[in-house]
Amino acid sequence: MTSFDDIKLSNAQIAWRAAQDIEDGAYVNLGIGFPEMVAQYTVEGRTPVFHTENGVLGFGPAPAPGEEDWDLINAGKKAITLKPGAAFFHHADSFAMVRGGHLDVAILGAFQVAENGDLANWSTGKGSIPAVGGAMDLVQSAKRVAVVTDHVTKKGEPKLVDRCSMPLTGVACVTRIYTSLAVVDIEGGHFVLREKLPQLSFDDLQSVTGGELKTDGRIADLAVPTL
Amino acid sequence: MDKTVATLAEAVADISDGATVMIGGFGGSGAPIELIHALIDRRVKGLTVINNNAGNGHVGIASMIENGLVAKMICSFPRSSDPVAFTEAYKSGRLELEVVPQGTLAERIRAAGAGIPAFYTATSYGTELAEGKPVEEFDGKHYVRERWLKADFALIKGELGDPMGNLTYRMAARNFNPIMAMAATKTIAQVSRIVPAGGIDPEQVISPGIFVDTVVEIPNPVQEEVLFREGAVYP
Repeated sequence: MTSFDDIKLSNAQIAWRAAQDIEDGAYVNLGIGFPEMVAQYTVEGRTPVFHTENGVLGFGPAPAPGEEDWDLINAGKKAITLKPGAAFFHHADSFAMVRGGHLDVAILGAFQVAENGDLANWSTGKGSIPAVGGAMDLVQSAKRVAVVTDHVTKKGEPKLVDRCSMPLTGVACVTRIYTSLAVVDIEGGHFVLREKLPQLSFDDLQSVTGGELKTDGRIADLAVPTL
Repeated sequence: MDKTVATLAEAVADISDGATVMIGGFGGSGAPIELIHALIDRRVKGLTVINNNAGNGHVGIASMIENGLVAKMICSFPRSSDPVAFTEAYKSGRLELEVVPQGTLAERIRAAGAGIPAFYTATSYGTELAEGKPVEEFDGKHYVRERWLKADFALIKGELGDPMGNLTYRMAARNFNPIMAMAATKTIAQVSRIVPAGGIDPEQVISPGIFVDTVVEIPNPVQEEVLFREGAVYP
């Protein structure tokens, strides 16, 4: 089995693809680390508003080195800046925004996603120190929950699986997965392939996917610029 | 009415062994470092500490753990860029850990402050963090019952304070501070500046003084992140 390492998208390219689906004016929460890159590829002419769990709406990119104000950070504890129209609020209000269904999109990383939309991304299980942060709140309550991830693990094992073997973050919560090889929706308890790298056949992709890939007959090319 | 005290030592003088202590802040932002270090100077033991995190490097909550003050941490994310103090204490069995999803942690604290003993949330449904908790269905969706979370003391950090206990906060340093102020029997705030009553526009008060018991002025407070980057160790 190959992992198609020679043709797969970089994290920046996966983030770019995810950013194309974020609409103007959407309220968006991006997970710590890789998902944060999505903000860099906001589509020209659209103005999403980014939310961070620690109480800021409308933040912008990192300040120049030396310009950090450590009272102004994001959920990843990184220094941020404010855009015009930003707002501060306390933690209970911040998660009222989340649980109350006010967030349009949450984009997170994943260890595993199952074909029914179950997500495992907070604990590898035995021996690790559990640390959940805001992930369980976000996945149950954002209007749309998407995942950005490599299609397979570093060992080449599928991350899109029929059933998660790792501890769950949320049940039946993910609706779209942007991977290094494809864009896959979750509908009616199934993986539905929407886009794939043109170099791959359907069977190639199925060979590195744990659950069954379905299609409604239309599979678009996953076309991403060099970044 | 005058809730101000002159020294950090006076501010934390009532905190004794075995107390449950909420500590404001998210990472270093809004962390009341001077109050934490004053508590370390008291060498109390067996504390239950409630914070979003579990310390970074060798200052603040990490130093509380290293110096043996903490028996139990209740937090959402006990990882940081340098979690050595927490990790060693946890793996050796000296420190108990209760992991709570961040929004559930915030709402448990807020609920305690608002006198609501329990509430239902979709968060954690179907996960191991919901094990043993009652589940109920409302309008076709499953929700997990969570209890309020109270504390004996809250150590928090504000920007302006007045003798009535009214507080403002600076930028994202607000985070858990206002809700912890509501949930503790005694709330102790450090502020960058104490102004006379009337010195804060009532329109701008974030924590009304009814939630705050003690205010101590710490001009130019240090940032935990700055201490961490300097490699500081307390004491």
